[in-house]
Amino acid sequence: MAAPVSGGGRLCRLAWRRRAGALHSGAQPAALGREPGKVAAAQSGVAPWRAVVGLEVHAQISSNSKIFSGSQVQFTAPPNSLVSFFDASLPGTLPVLNRRCVEAAVMTGLALSCSINKKSLFDRKHYFYADLPAGYQITQQRLPIAVNGNLSYTLCVGAKQSQMVTKNVRIKQIQLEQDSGKSLHNDARSQTFIDLNRAGVGLMEVVMEPDMCCGEEAAAAVRELQLILQTLGSSQAIMAEGQLRVDANVSVHHPGESYGVRTEVKNINSLRFLARAVDYEIQRQIEELENGGTILNETRAFDYKLGCTIPMRDKEGKQDYRFMPEPNLPPLILYDAKSLPANIDDQQVVNIDWIQERLPDLPSVKRVRLVEQYGILPEHSFTLLNEDGLMELFEDVVRETQMNPKKVIGWVISELLGHLKQYDLTVKESPVNSLSLADLLNLLERGVISSSAAKQVLEELWKGEGKTPLQIVKEKRLELIQNQRELDQICQAVMEGHQEEVMEIKAGNKKVLNKLIGLVQRATQRRADPILVKQILEKKLSQ
Amino acid sequence: MWALRGCRCLRAAWSWGGSRLARGATGGRQIDQNPEWQLEEQKPLPQKKVTMELLDHLERLALVDFRNWEGVERLEKAIQFADQLHEVNTEGIEPMDSVLENRCLYLRGDNITEGNCTKELLQNASQTAEEYFEAPPGNIPLPKLEERESFLQDSN
Repeated sequence: MAAPVSGGGRLCRLAWRRRAGALHSGAQPAALGREPGKVAAAQSGVAPWRAVVGLEVHAQISSNSKIFSGSQVQFTAPPNSLVSFFDASLPGTLPVLNRRCVEAAVMTGLALSCSINKKSLFDRKHYFYADLPAGYQITQQRLPIAVNGNLSYTLCVGAKQSQMVTKNVRIKQIQLEQDSGKSLHNDARSQTFIDLNRAGVGLMEVVMEPDMCCGEEAAAAVRELQLILQTLGSSQAIMAEGQLRVDANVSVHHPGESYGVRTEVKNINSLRFLARAVDYEIQRQIEELENGGTILNETRAFDYKLGCTIPMRDKEGKQDYRFMPEPNLPPLILYDAKSLPANIDDQQVVNIDWIQERLPDLPSVKRVRLVEQYGILPEHSFTLLNEDGLMELFEDVVRETQMNPKKVIGWVISELLGHLKQYDLTVKESPVNSLSLADLLNLLERGVISSSAAKQVLEELWKGEGKTPLQIVKEKRLELIQNQRELDQICQAVMEGHQEEVMEIKAGNKKVLNKLIGLVQRATQRRADPILVKQILEKKLSQ
Repeated sequence: MWALRGCRCLRAAWSWGGSRLARGATGGRQIDQNPEWQLEEQKPLPQKKVTMELLDHLERLALVDFRNWEGVERLEKAIQFADQLHEVNTEGIEPMDSVLENRCLYLRGDNITEGNCTKELLQNASQTAEEYFEAPPGNIPLPKLEERESFLQDSN
């Protein structure tokens, strides 16, 4: 992806080539040939491949109760305790739509620039599985709640991941549907246990068009979607808890030819695995086709331990879901300011315009604001939003300190975030809070301590012993020597003790000055401001 | 057979005009004397043949067992009967997929009102283990058509 493709370019200019032995050696498959035209010399003269990736993302709606019943939505609970008679599909029960789920879907649709269908319909999708007690799932196949949207996401490219490239993926539709229960397998004893706590929880399925071309793009797009959902509050989108599930549709073809047969990859439960699964599948398909084989239109599962995809036994052949309209649910009608009927209960109305007015700032908007307000670089604002809570911490520190935000950002990202990553902590778990950091940066800004001393203080603060930066500075005697005369004397002493070096400098070898500065630093235990020391030495040497 | 009985009822009901259904036995008052629409000449209904592949597909999907050729014939007759719907001209008319289409879809507030009935739910299940339902292992697909012994078993 060397040529920055901005905005409209849908098919990326990535050319894939088979990396000999990549899959068999167990090494991480990588997308080679990112620079179109630069092909590894060892490759045979095979035409380049282009990969096409489409995603189906299921996001669990953040609500108190389920979409069609009044049982609670909660991740951990005793098995089958959050199940109503409807969820267990006992006869005589009917679905009743949860208003909050409709609002969540409308918010998400508006945030992704979709057109909201004022009339949408519910259908039944039939298939047999133990965790689907009714034998069908209520979904929206014919006329979903939102269609034709767009998601912009950013990729960090370049040698140091510093160049930002904006890409787009079209959103085909967003639909409301039910989640299924959970099945736990004990293969040793051939037992399957079913927990229906999750059955009936509201889901938003976001279908993305196949505008992506590799694992990295897929992961970046899903990350951006995750941030948007979390900002809206329509879903907490925590992949580890199964609140965000991604199925990838992958196919390869030669540029200029029609799309190849696609496979669906399931069972991906983190962004990193998503990128790896997609890249593996692309490589597998390329290898298969180059060896003269064919690709089956099948469903494969990602085995994260082996880092490969394997066919799923249960899903052989094309499924016929026998879609039919859900007879128990009339069409869902949404209103806007113009079409709002006069005398209708507020509770029964979902007003699209009302929701639009109350949409919070999306991540992309926040990034631009940070750059404009604080003068930081785009990649910095990208990092600030990428870590939960980091933006708030940064803004708090800037508020409390006199240091220029452009310098503060360096400390927040390199030092604080660096430490957090090293100890695998989230921003919320940070032993150093915004006030402590602000105090420290103020000391640095006022010239009380040097930059390297500040780093030492941060290390001490990290221990979380409750001391303030000032206390640590005093304890460890890290203050810079402010007394001019004291500095002067030390410089003089160093010069007198190293006459040879002094001669060399006077003869014209300026580099030796650094050695003298170093010696002064050692003599002062690094409590001298190097710039000041240099000034003093230069003045003395010129005398 | 129910299919034949159904046929007779449908023909009786077909003397509607202005979208009013005949009220059966009472006849008379409800039947429009000047119908807008006439039943056309009764064409012989086309025979619908059901292929083995379709039967296999249906058995796999809906887990029904057609059992023998009589069952297949019954299926074919049922399809024939339903095909009569094609006689009605529906050009330019929006399909109705729910009789509730003019009703408002009631929206429920997001409150927790149900749940916590684990014991009652598990009562219905034949196999349970520590508050989980126990299900038979995986989805075992029906064997392929050639390998199945029970397909159309009782045919002679």
